[in-house]
Amino acid sequence: MGYFEVKNVCKRFGDTQVLRGIDFSMEKGQVVSIIGSSGSGKTTLLRCINFLCDPDAGEFYLENQLLFDAAEKRSLSDAAIRSKRKNFGLVFQQFNLFPQYNVKENLCLAPKLLAKEEPDFKARKKELYAAIEAHAAELLEQVGLTDKADSYPCELSGGQQQRVAIARALMLSPKILCFDEPTSALDPELTGEVLKVLKELAQKKITMIIVTHEMAFAREISDKIVFMAEGVIAEEGDPQTLFDHPKSPRLQAFLAKTEV
Amino acid sequence: MLVQVTFWDVTLSLLKGFWETLEIFGVTLLFALPLGLIIAFGSMSRFYPLKWLCRTVVWIIRGTPLMLQLIVFYYGPGLLFDWELLEVPTAVYLTFSINYACYFSEIYRGGIEAIPKGQYEAGEVLGMKKSQIFFRVVLLQVIKHIIPPMSNEIITLVKDTSLARIITYYEIIYFAESYIRTAGLIWPLFYTAVFYLAFCGLLTLLFGAIEKKLSYFKA
Repeated sequence: MGYFEVKNVCKRFGDTQVLRGIDFSMEKGQVVSIIGSSGSGKTTLLRCINFLCDPDAGEFYLENQLLFDAAEKRSLSDAAIRSKRKNFGLVFQQFNLFPQYNVKENLCLAPKLLAKEEPDFKARKKELYAAIEAHAAELLEQVGLTDKADSYPCELSGGQQQRVAIARALMLSPKILCFDEPTSALDPELTGEVLKVLKELAQKKITMIIVTHEMAFAREISDKIVFMAEGVIAEEGDPQTLFDHPKSPRLQAFLAKTEV
Repeated sequence: MLVQVTFWDVTLSLLKGFWETLEIFGVTLLFALPLGLIIAFGSMSRFYPLKWLCRTVVWIIRGTPLMLQLIVFYYGPGLLFDWELLEVPTAVYLTFSINYACYFSEIYRGGIEAIPKGQYEAGEVLGMKKSQIFFRVVLLQVIKHIIPPMSNEIITLVKDTSLARIITYYEIIYFAESYIRTAGLIWPLFYTAVFYLAFCGLLTLLFGAIEKKLSYFKA
């Protein structure tokens, strides 16, 4: 059994069956890229993994433990979902930074709120907050934005905002970091800086699931590529095999379209 | 026989009247600001009877003149149920609070619905509680969105207070009008404009300052 395993995930919106039984698994430290045309269900799958969307059926296993079973989702309290969610991080296409907070505050807000739930918070407040701020400084350095710690999101370029969003997601040290088309909202000349950060994370063996349209990038960074079409995984495999010798006609057609 | 009055007498008396005006203004804001938020949440509720009730109340209140509502709240309970009349100030505060809460609720609703879903989702995936997302992420953005329409509505309230004299609440216009009867003078009525203008000017400066204070971010 893999480190993270998705079993038979189904999701329907009204009359549209968006996910028709998704199964895949990945190992710790791996990078899995999900590719496919718009409407194939990539984003919905990522949203289900991050508890932003309730699957109608399916299970998730993390570290050989059942993490989520759609059959019992109704009995889950908000608190239970919050604690399960902490295993994952999500970086959005539109960054979704909090506009009224500067970069440092964007990184520290959620961890500081979580620190309040520690049993000995009152006694250790200073120590806990100092650790969070040190962690934030470290991550900002990692994404190359130390000098922007006091800037507000509206003062940053799209690429810088996305790097802040990545650092913010890393603040909670998720076991699996997910990216939903992290460069799709960026001008072409800004995608490079974000992809560079992703490559560095891959080198650090951060486990990542990336939904992307950047084929060359996916090929370079991924241990495994998952190709989705019409709500199913049509083909999966290592990047070389999948890109150079696509088996299914759907993937062949998709790759022909993207390799303009 | 007409009484002789000086400018100073009139000023003092209008100041007293304007204090009564400000009482309506203050009490209305005190109750209508929070009540509006409750109505806003009600009209966004997924519980349909509540949503329907809130939206109907807002429709009725926004669809009828405030002057008529004053008369209904003041005389209505007595005529319908033979109850004793409310005290005049109570009836005024009650009517104004409900009326303005309905207008505020629509402003709040617009402000809350203008916040992108991504802000809530970003908070959720960072493990924040729903209440934390509302108070720590969404609220200030809502406030920034609603300051311009709220300042408009609040400045309208300053002048709407003059309707209260229809049920004999003695505010500044009432005091000024009494000079027509007692001293044959109409200028005190015109003079009231100075009080309204000065106060609305102050409010304009205040809201301008708040807008400036919140201009450091874009939402």
